[in-house]
Amino acid sequence: MRFYGHGLPYLGELDVKGRLIVIEGPDASGRSTQIATLTEKLEAEGHAVVNTGLKRSELVSQGIINAKRSLGTGKRTLSLFYAADFADQLENKIIPALRSGYIVLADRYIYTLMARDAVRGMDRKWCHDLFGFALVPDLIFSLEVSPSELVHRVFQRQNTLDFYEAGMDMGLGEDMYSSFIRYQRLIAAEFKRMQARYGMIPVNGERMPLAVESELQDRILSFLVAQTQ
Amino acid sequence: MTEGPPIKYAKADGRLIAVEGIDGSGKSTQVRLLEQWLRHGGLRVFKTEWNSSDVVKEITSKGKKKGTLTPTTFSLLHATDFDDRYERNILPLLHAGYWVLADRYAYTAYARDAVRGCHPEWIRRLYSFARKPDIVFYFEVPVDVAVNRMLSGRPNLKYYEAGMDLNLSNDIFESYRIFQSRITKEYEAMVKSDGFVVIDGSLPIEEQQRLVRSKVSGLMSKEVVHKMMVGTGIESRTPS
Repeated sequence: MRFYGHGLPYLGELDVKGRLIVIEGPDASGRSTQIATLTEKLEAEGHAVVNTGLKRSELVSQGIINAKRSLGTGKRTLSLFYAADFADQLENKIIPALRSGYIVLADRYIYTLMARDAVRGMDRKWCHDLFGFALVPDLIFSLEVSPSELVHRVFQRQNTLDFYEAGMDMGLGEDMYSSFIRYQRLIAAEFKRMQARYGMIPVNGERMPLAVESELQDRILSFLVAQTQ
Repeated sequence: MTEGPPIKYAKADGRLIAVEGIDGSGKSTQVRLLEQWLRHGGLRVFKTEWNSSDVVKEITSKGKKKGTLTPTTFSLLHATDFDDRYERNILPLLHAGYWVLADRYAYTAYARDAVRGCHPEWIRRLYSFARKPDIVFYFEVPVDVAVNRMLSGRPNLKYYEAGMDLNLSNDIFESYRIFQSRITKEYEAMVKSDGFVVIDGSLPIEEQQRLVRSKVSGLMSKEVVHKMMVGTGIESRTPS
Protein backbone atom coordinates (compact mmCIF):
# COMPACT_ATOMS: atom_id res chain seq x y z
CA MET A 1 0.00 0.00 0.00
CA ARG A 2 1.03 3.58 -0.52
CA PHE A 3 1.03 6.58 1.79
CA TYR A 4 0.02 10.11 0.88
CA GLY A 5 3.39 11.47 1.92
CA HIS A 6 6.37 10.26 3.88
CA GLY A 7 4.34 7.60 5.64
CA LEU A 8 5.52 5.92 8.80
CA PRO A 9 9.23 5.38 8.12
CA TYR A 10 9.87 3.54 11.39
CA LEU A 11 7.50 0.72 10.39
CA GLY A 12 9.68 -0.27 7.46
CA GLU A 13 8.08 -2.11 4.55
CA LEU A 14 4.42 -2.74 5.24
CA ASP A 15 3.27 -6.21 4.37
CA VAL A 16 -0.43 -5.62 3.98
CA LYS A 17 -2.83 -8.35 3.00
CA GLY A 18 -6.10 -6.64 3.78
CA ARG A 19 -8.05 -3.87 2.06
CA LEU A 20 -8.94 -0.41 3.21
CA ILE A 21 -12.33 0.92 2.17
CA VAL A 22 -13.56 4.33 3.21
CA ILE A 23 -17.11 5.71 3.30
CA GLU A 24 -17.28 9.47 3.57
CA GLY A 25 -20.33 11.68 3.87
CA PRO A 26 -21.94 14.17 6.24
CA ASP A 27 -23.87 13.16 9.37
CA ALA A 28 -27.26 11.65 8.48
CA SER A 29 -26.08 10.76 4.99
CA GLY A 30 -26.60 7.11 5.84
CA ARG A 31 -22.98 6.17 6.47
CA SER A 32 -23.47 4.09 9.58
CA THR A 33 -26.42 2.18 8.16
CA GLN A 34 -24.46 1.40 5.02
CA ILE A 35 -21.41 0.32 6.97
CA ALA A 36 -23.46 -2.00 9.17
CA THR A 37 -25.07 -3.75 6.22
CA LEU A 38 -21.85 -3.86 4.23
CA THR A 39 -20.09 -5.45 7.18
CA GLU A 40 -22.73 -8.17 7.36
CA LYS A 41 -22.65 -8.73 3.63
CA LEU A 42 -18.87 -8.94 3.40
CA GLU A 43 -18.64 -11.28 6.36
CA ALA A 44 -21.33 -13.46 4.81
CA GLU A 45 -19.09 -13.60 1.75
CA GLY A 46 -16.27 -14.83 3.98
CA HIS A 47 -14.25 -11.64 4.45
CA ALA A 48 -13.32 -10.61 7.97
CA VAL A 49 -14.22 -6.97 8.56
CA VAL A 50 -13.06 -4.37 11.07
CA ASN A 51 -14.88 -1.05 11.48
CA THR A 52 -13.19 2.21 12.38
CA GLY A 53 -14.32 5.79 12.56
CA LEU A 54 -13.18 9.24 13.52
CA LYS A 55 -12.88 10.27 17.16
CA ARG A 56 -13.04 6.73 18.44
CA SER A 57 -9.55 6.25 19.73
CA GLU A 58 -9.30 5.70 23.44
CA LEU A 59 -6.25 7.87 23.53
CA VAL A 60 -7.54 11.18 22.31
CA SER A 61 -11.32 11.29 21.99
CA GLN A 62 -11.95 12.59 25.51
CA GLY A 63 -9.27 15.19 24.92
CA ILE A 64 -11.05 16.43 21.81
CA ILE A 65 -14.32 16.72 23.69
CA ASN A 66 -12.58 18.75 26.40
CA ALA A 67 -10.73 20.89 23.87
CA LYS A 68 -13.99 21.75 22.11
CA ARG A 69 -15.51 22.72 25.44
CA SER A 70 -12.58 24.90 26.31
CA LEU A 71 -13.15 28.33 24.81
CA GLY A 72 -10.40 29.67 22.68
CA THR A 73 -9.04 26.39 21.38
CA GLY A 74 -7.74 27.30 17.95
CA LYS A 75 -8.83 25.58 14.75
CA ARG A 76 -5.31 24.39 14.02
CA THR A 77 -5.02 23.01 17.56
CA LEU A 78 -8.20 21.01 17.03
CA SER A 79 -7.05 19.82 13.67
CA LEU A 80 -3.77 18.56 15.15
CA PHE A 81 -5.76 16.87 17.90
CA TYR A 82 -7.93 15.09 15.35
CA ALA A 83 -4.82 14.10 13.43
CA ALA A 84 -3.35 12.56 16.59
CA ASP A 85 -6.59 10.68 17.14
CA PHE A 86 -6.57 9.46 13.57
CA ALA A 87 -2.90 8.41 13.79
CA ASP A 88 -3.66 6.44 16.93
CA GLN A 89 -6.39 4.50 15.14
CA LEU A 90 -4.33 4.08 12.00
CA GLU A 91 -1.36 2.60 13.80
CA ASN A 92 -3.07 0.72 16.60
CA LYS A 93 -6.12 -0.53 14.75
CA ILE A 94 -6.18 -0.10 10.96
CA ILE A 95 -2.64 -1.19 10.13
CA PRO A 96 -2.63 -4.25 12.43
CA ALA A 97 -5.97 -5.32 10.92
CA LEU A 98 -4.71 -4.82 7.37
CA ARG A 99 -1.60 -6.82 8.19
CA SER A 100 -3.74 -9.69 9.36
CA GLY A 101 -5.76 -9.61 6.17
CA TYR A 102 -8.93 -7.89 7.33
CA ILE A 103 -11.08 -5.62 5.27
CA VAL A 104 -11.15 -2.35 7.12
CA LEU A 105 -14.36 -0.37 6.60
CA ALA A 106 -13.66 3.16 7.74
CA ASP A 107 -16.57 5.36 8.74
CA ARG A 108 -14.89 8.55 7.42
CA TYR A 109 -11.18 9.12 7.04
CA ILE A 110 -8.86 12.09 6.59
CA TYR A 111 -11.07 13.76 3.96
CA THR A 112 -13.72 14.89 6.43
CA LEU A 113 -10.97 16.34 8.60
CA MET A 114 -9.38 18.13 5.66
CA ALA A 115 -12.72 19.47 4.41
CA ARG A 116 -13.61 20.89 7.82
CA ASP A 117 -10.26 22.64 7.99
CA ALA A 118 -10.38 23.94 4.44
CA VAL A 119 -13.80 25.58 4.85
CA ARG A 120 -12.46 27.24 7.98
CA GLY A 121 -9.73 28.84 5.96
CA MET A 122 -6.81 26.63 6.80
CA ASP A 123 -4.10 26.08 4.25
CA ARG A 124 -5.05 23.04 2.15
CA LYS A 125 -1.46 22.15 1.40
CA TRP A 126 -0.57 22.16 5.08
CA CYS A 127 -3.50 19.87 5.87
CA HIS A 128 -2.59 17.52 3.05
CA ASP A 129 1.00 17.35 4.25
CA LEU A 130 -0.15 16.84 7.83
CA PHE A 131 -1.75 13.57 6.71
CA GLY A 132 1.34 12.44 4.83
CA PHE A 133 1.43 9.50 7.25
CA ALA A 134 -1.99 8.23 6.11
CA LEU A 135 -2.41 5.13 3.98
CA VAL A 136 -4.02 5.61 0.59
CA PRO A 137 -7.26 3.56 0.74
CA ASP A 138 -8.20 1.02 -1.92
CA LEU A 139 -11.64 2.54 -2.36
CA ILE A 140 -13.15 5.82 -1.21
CA PHE A 141 -16.88 6.43 -1.48
CA SER A 142 -18.48 9.77 -0.86
CA LEU A 143 -22.19 9.70 0.00
CA GLU A 144 -23.77 12.80 -1.43
CA VAL A 145 -26.95 14.22 0.08
CA SER A 146 -28.07 17.78 -0.54
CA PRO A 147 -28.09 20.03 2.54
CA SER A 148 -31.85 20.61 2.35
CA GLU A 149 -32.49 16.85 2.39
CA LEU A 150 -29.86 16.37 5.07
CA VAL A 151 -31.46 18.85 7.44
CA HIS A 152 -34.75 16.90 7.34
CA ARG A 153 -33.00 13.65 8.01
CA VAL A 154 -31.32 15.15 11.04
CA PHE A 155 -34.62 16.53 12.31
CA GLN A 156 -36.27 13.15 11.89
CA ARG A 157 -33.70 11.74 14.24
CA GLN A 158 -33.50 14.51 16.79
CA ASN A 159 -34.95 17.97 17.17
CA THR A 160 -31.73 19.92 17.11
CA LEU A 161 -28.76 20.41 14.82
CA ASP A 162 -25.25 19.72 16.07
CA PHE A 163 -23.33 22.91 16.80
CA TYR A 164 -20.30 21.98 14.68
CA GLU A 165 -22.19 20.16 11.93
CA ALA A 166 -24.11 23.40 11.57
CA GLY A 167 -20.84 25.33 11.37
CA MET A 168 -22.00 27.55 14.22
CA ASP A 169 -18.39 28.39 15.09
CA MET A 170 -18.07 30.12 11.71
CA GLY A 171 -20.70 32.82 11.98
CA LEU A 172 -22.36 31.80 8.72
CA GLY A 173 -25.98 32.63 9.32
CA GLU A 174 -28.56 34.40 11.41
CA ASP A 175 -29.92 31.16 12.78
CA MET A 176 -28.90 27.55 13.12
CA TYR A 177 -30.95 26.38 10.16
CA SER A 178 -29.44 28.75 7.64
CA SER A 179 -26.00 28.21 9.13
CA PHE A 180 -26.40 24.45 8.74
CA ILE A 181 -27.43 24.76 5.09
CA ARG A 182 -24.58 27.14 4.25
CA TYR A 183 -22.02 25.09 6.11
CA GLN A 184 -23.06 21.81 4.50
CA ARG A 185 -22.92 23.47 1.09
CA LEU A 186 -19.35 24.55 1.76
CA ILE A 187 -18.41 21.06 2.90
CA ALA A 188 -20.03 19.49 -0.16
CA ALA A 189 -18.16 21.89 -2.44
CA GLU A 190 -14.93 20.99 -0.69
CA PHE A 191 -15.61 17.29 -1.24
CA LYS A 192 -16.21 18.02 -4.93
CA ARG A 193 -12.82 19.69 -5.05
CA MET A 194 -11.17 16.68 -3.46
CA GLN A 195 -12.87 14.09 -5.65
CA ALA A 196 -10.42 14.01 -8.53
CA ARG A 197 -7.33 14.53 -6.43
CA TYR A 198 -8.05 11.68 -4.05
CA GLY A 199 -9.97 9.42 -6.39
CA MET A 200 -13.26 9.50 -4.54
CA ILE A 201 -16.27 7.75 -5.98
CA PRO A 202 -19.38 9.91 -5.56
CA VAL A 203 -22.48 7.95 -4.58
CA ASN A 204 -25.95 9.45 -4.70
CA GLY A 205 -27.13 9.11 -1.11
CA GLU A 206 -30.60 10.54 -1.68
CA ARG A 207 -31.96 7.27 -2.95
CA MET A 208 -33.57 4.58 -0.83
CA PRO A 209 -31.02 2.89 1.47
CA LEU A 210 -31.44 -0.36 -0.46
CA ALA A 211 -30.42 1.24 -3.74
CA VAL A 212 -27.34 2.84 -2.18
CA GLU A 213 -26.52 -0.45 -0.53
CA SER A 214 -26.59 -2.44 -3.72
CA GLU A 215 -24.44 0.09 -5.56
CA LEU A 216 -21.82 0.02 -2.79
CA GLN A 217 -21.91 -3.76 -2.57
CA ASP A 218 -21.54 -4.23 -6.31
CA ARG A 219 -18.60 -1.89 -6.50
CA ILE A 220 -16.83 -3.38 -3.50
CA LEU A 221 -17.41 -7.01 -4.45
CA SER A 222 -16.27 -6.48 -8.02
CA PHE A 223 -13.18 -4.70 -6.74
CA LEU A 224 -12.39 -7.62 -4.44
CA VAL A 225 -12.93 -10.12 -7.23
CA ALA A 226 -10.65 -8.14 -9.55
CA GLN A 227 -7.97 -8.15 -6.87
CA THR A 228 -7.92 -11.89 -6.50
CA GLN A 229 -7.62 -12.52 -10.21
CA MET B 1 -21.47 47.96 13.28
CA THR B 2 -17.92 48.78 12.32
CA GLU B 3 -14.77 46.82 12.72
CA GLY B 4 -12.74 49.96 12.99
CA PRO B 5 -9.53 50.73 11.20
CA PRO B 6 -7.26 47.81 10.32
CA ILE B 7 -5.03 46.76 13.15
CA LYS B 8 -1.42 47.66 12.59
CA TYR B 9 1.11 45.80 14.60
CA ALA B 10 3.73 48.01 16.15
CA LYS B 11 7.01 47.96 14.32
CA ALA B 12 8.67 47.02 17.55
CA ASP B 13 6.88 43.70 17.82
CA GLY B 14 7.77 41.47 20.70
CA ARG B 15 10.85 39.33 20.78
CA LEU B 16 10.97 35.57 20.73
CA ILE B 17 13.85 33.77 22.37
CA ALA B 18 14.10 29.98 22.55
CA VAL B 19 16.41 27.78 24.55
CA GLU B 20 17.24 24.28 23.44
CA GLY B 21 19.42 21.46 24.69
CA ILE B 22 19.08 17.97 26.10
CA ASP B 23 17.73 17.33 29.61
CA GLY B 24 20.32 18.39 32.15
CA SER B 25 21.98 20.89 29.84
CA GLY B 26 21.07 23.71 32.21
CA LYS B 27 18.84 25.58 29.79
CA SER B 28 15.92 25.96 32.17
CA THR B 29 18.13 27.59 34.79
CA GLN B 30 19.50 29.96 32.18
CA VAL B 31 16.10 30.92 30.85
CA ARG B 32 14.91 31.58 34.40
CA LEU B 33 17.81 33.93 35.03
CA LEU B 34 17.17 35.65 31.74
CA GLU B 35 13.51 36.07 32.63
CA GLN B 36 14.43 37.63 35.98
CA TRP B 37 16.78 40.06 34.32
CA LEU B 38 14.27 41.19 31.72
CA ARG B 39 11.49 41.55 34.27
CA HIS B 40 13.75 43.44 36.61
CA GLY B 41 14.51 45.81 33.77
CA GLY B 42 10.82 46.56 33.43
CA LEU B 43 10.15 44.60 30.26
CA ARG B 44 6.99 42.60 29.76
CA VAL B 45 7.98 38.96 29.73
CA PHE B 46 6.15 35.70 29.16
CA LYS B 47 7.77 32.31 29.62
CA THR B 48 6.33 29.16 28.08
CA GLU B 49 7.38 25.56 28.54
CA TRP B 50 7.27 22.53 26.29
CA ASN B 51 4.32 20.20 26.84
CA SER B 52 2.49 22.43 29.29
CA SER B 53 -0.85 23.23 27.69
CA ASP B 54 -3.78 22.18 29.86
CA VAL B 55 -5.79 20.88 26.93
CA VAL B 56 -3.20 18.31 25.93
CA LYS B 57 -1.15 17.48 29.00
CA GLU B 58 -3.66 15.03 30.41
CA ILE B 59 -3.94 13.09 27.16
CA THR B 60 -0.20 12.79 26.73
CA SER B 61 0.24 11.51 30.26
CA LYS B 62 -2.63 9.07 29.81
CA GLY B 63 -1.06 7.76 26.62
CA LYS B 64 2.26 7.45 28.34
CA LYS B 65 0.74 5.43 31.14
CA LYS B 66 -1.02 3.10 28.76
CA GLY B 67 2.08 2.77 26.61
CA THR B 68 0.16 3.04 23.35
CA LEU B 69 1.90 6.12 21.99
CA THR B 70 3.54 5.72 18.62
CA PRO B 71 6.20 8.10 17.27
CA THR B 72 3.54 9.78 15.13
CA THR B 73 0.89 10.19 17.84
CA PHE B 74 3.58 11.36 20.22
CA SER B 75 4.73 13.90 17.69
CA LEU B 76 1.20 15.10 16.89
CA LEU B 77 0.28 15.49 20.55
CA HIS B 78 3.34 17.62 21.10
CA ALA B 79 2.45 19.66 18.05
CA THR B 80 -1.08 20.09 19.43
CA ASP B 81 0.35 21.25 22.72
CA PHE B 82 2.71 23.62 20.98
CA ASP B 83 -0.01 25.05 18.77
CA ASP B 84 -2.36 25.56 21.68
CA ARG B 85 0.28 27.62 23.46
CA TYR B 86 1.23 29.31 20.21
CA GLU B 87 -2.30 30.43 19.35
CA ARG B 88 -3.36 31.32 22.90
CA ASN B 89 -0.19 32.87 24.25
CA ILE B 90 2.92 33.11 22.14
CA LEU B 91 1.53 34.85 19.05
CA PRO B 92 -0.87 37.30 20.72
CA LEU B 93 1.79 38.24 23.28
CA LEU B 94 4.35 38.81 20.56
CA HIS B 95 1.89 41.08 18.77
CA ALA B 96 1.39 42.95 22.01
CA GLY B 97 5.11 43.54 22.22
CA TYR B 98 6.06 41.00 24.88
CA TRP B 99 9.38 39.25 25.27
CA VAL B 100 8.44 35.61 24.89
CA LEU B 101 10.88 33.09 26.29
CA ALA B 102 10.36 29.52 25.14
CA ASP B 103 11.87 26.73 27.17
CA ARG B 104 12.13 24.41 24.16
CA TYR B 105 10.60 25.27 20.80
CA ALA B 106 9.94 23.42 17.54
CA TYR B 107 13.59 22.33 17.43
CA THR B 108 12.89 19.94 20.28
CA ALA B 109 10.35 18.24 18.04
CA TYR B 110 12.76 18.24 15.08
CA ALA B 111 15.34 16.48 17.24
CA ARG B 112 13.23 14.07 19.29
CA ASP B 113 10.69 13.07 16.66
CA ALA B 114 13.44 12.44 14.13
CA VAL B 115 15.20 10.18 16.62
CA ARG B 116 11.88 8.37 17.11
CA GLY B 117 11.75 7.77 13.37
CA CYS B 118 9.32 10.33 12.00
CA HIS B 119 10.26 11.80 8.66
CA PRO B 120 12.22 15.05 9.19
CA GLU B 121 10.45 16.87 6.36
CA TRP B 122 7.06 15.92 7.72
CA ILE B 123 7.97 17.32 11.15
CA ARG B 124 9.24 20.56 9.64
CA ARG B 125 6.04 20.97 7.64
CA LEU B 126 3.96 20.36 10.74
CA TYR B 127 5.60 23.30 12.52
CA SER B 128 5.87 25.52 9.47
CA PHE B 129 3.36 27.96 11.00
CA ALA B 130 5.69 28.75 13.91
CA ARG B 131 7.54 32.02 13.79
CA LYS B 132 11.32 31.74 13.73
CA PRO B 133 12.75 32.93 17.04
CA ASP B 134 14.97 36.01 17.14
CA ILE B 135 17.55 33.95 18.97
CA VAL B 136 17.82 30.23 19.66
CA PHE B 137 20.31 29.42 22.40
CA TYR B 138 21.64 25.91 22.29
CA PHE B 139 23.17 24.68 25.52
CA GLU B 140 25.86 22.27 24.59
CA VAL B 141 27.10 19.78 27.15
CA PRO B 142 28.76 16.40 26.84
CA VAL B 143 26.02 13.77 27.02
CA ASP B 144 27.57 12.09 30.05
CA VAL B 145 27.66 15.33 31.99
CA ALA B 146 23.99 16.05 31.28
CA VAL B 147 22.91 12.50 31.97
CA ASN B 148 24.78 12.42 35.27
CA ARG B 149 23.24 15.75 36.28
CA MET B 150 19.79 14.37 35.56
CA LEU B 151 20.30 11.05 37.26
CA SER B 152 21.85 12.48 40.39
CA GLY B 153 18.79 14.66 40.89
CA ARG B 154 16.05 12.05 40.54
CA PRO B 155 17.06 8.57 39.71
CA ASN B 156 13.69 7.24 38.56
CA LEU B 157 13.41 7.67 34.81
CA LYS B 158 10.14 7.32 33.00
CA TYR B 159 9.56 4.96 30.08
CA TYR B 160 9.18 7.48 27.24
CA GLU B 161 11.58 9.97 28.78
CA ALA B 162 14.25 7.30 28.60
CA GLY B 163 13.32 6.48 25.00
CA MET B 164 12.38 2.93 26.02
CA ASP B 165 9.85 2.87 23.18
CA LEU B 166 12.78 2.83 20.76
CA ASN B 167 14.14 -0.50 22.00
CA LEU B 168 17.62 0.92 22.34
CA SER B 169 18.45 -1.14 25.38
CA ASN B 170 16.63 -3.15 28.03
CA ASP B 171 18.43 -1.17 30.67
CA ILE B 172 16.50 2.04 31.24
CA PHE B 173 19.62 4.06 32.13
CA GLU B 174 21.53 2.81 29.13
CA SER B 175 18.51 3.51 26.92
CA TYR B 176 18.33 7.07 28.28
CA ARG B 177 22.02 7.61 27.58
CA ILE B 178 21.74 6.39 23.97
CA PHE B 179 18.52 8.37 23.43
CA GLN B 180 20.11 11.59 24.68
CA SER B 181 23.20 11.12 22.56
CA ARG B 182 21.06 10.62 19.46
CA ILE B 183 19.12 13.78 20.24
CA THR B 184 22.42 15.59 20.68
CA LYS B 185 23.43 14.51 17.18
CA GLU B 186 20.21 15.93 15.78
CA TYR B 187 20.79 19.20 17.61
CA GLU B 188 24.36 19.41 16.38
CA ALA B 189 23.16 19.07 12.81
CA MET B 190 20.85 22.04 13.36
CA VAL B 191 23.43 24.40 14.86
CA LYS B 192 24.44 25.75 11.51
CA SER B 193 21.32 25.26 9.41
CA ASP B 194 19.05 26.85 12.01
CA GLY B 195 21.52 29.42 13.27
CA PHE B 196 21.72 28.36 16.91
CA VAL B 197 23.75 30.48 19.30
CA VAL B 198 25.82 27.85 21.05
CA ILE B 199 26.48 28.29 24.76
CA ASP B 200 28.96 26.01 26.45
CA GLY B 201 26.83 24.46 29.16
CA SER B 202 29.82 23.30 31.14
CA LEU B 203 30.87 26.89 31.93
CA PRO B 204 29.91 28.34 35.34
CA ILE B 205 26.25 29.37 35.47
CA GLU B 206 27.13 33.07 35.86
CA GLU B 207 29.43 33.00 32.88
CA GLN B 208 26.78 31.35 30.68
CA GLN B 209 24.24 33.93 31.80
CA ARG B 210 26.60 36.76 30.98
CA LEU B 211 26.95 35.42 27.43
CA VAL B 212 23.19 35.00 27.13
CA ARG B 213 22.45 38.53 28.36
CA SER B 214 25.03 40.10 26.16
CA LYS B 215 23.54 38.36 23.12
CA VAL B 216 19.99 39.27 24.14
CA SER B 217 20.86 42.92 24.63
CA GLY B 218 21.52 42.96 20.89
CA LEU B 219 17.75 42.75 20.43
CA MET B 220 17.09 45.82 22.58
CA SER B 221 16.88 49.44 21.65
CA LYS B 222 19.76 51.61 22.92
CA GLU B 223 17.61 53.19 25.62
CA VAL B 224 16.52 49.83 26.98
CA VAL B 225 20.06 48.48 26.89
CA HIS B 226 21.24 51.50 28.85
CA LYS B 227 18.51 51.08 31.44
CA MET B 228 19.21 47.35 31.77
CA MET B 229 22.95 47.91 32.17
CA VAL B 230 22.46 50.64 34.77
CA GLY B 231 19.86 48.74 36.71
CA THR B 232 21.28 45.26 36.86
CA GLY B 233 24.57 45.93 35.16
CA ILE B 234 26.02 43.15 33.06
CA GLU B 235 29.51 44.62 33.61
CA SER B 236 29.31 44.65 37.36
CA ARG B 237 28.24 41.01 37.36
CA THR B 238 31.06 39.89 35.13
CA PRO B 239 33.57 37.94 37.15
CA SER B 240 36.91 39.67 36.83
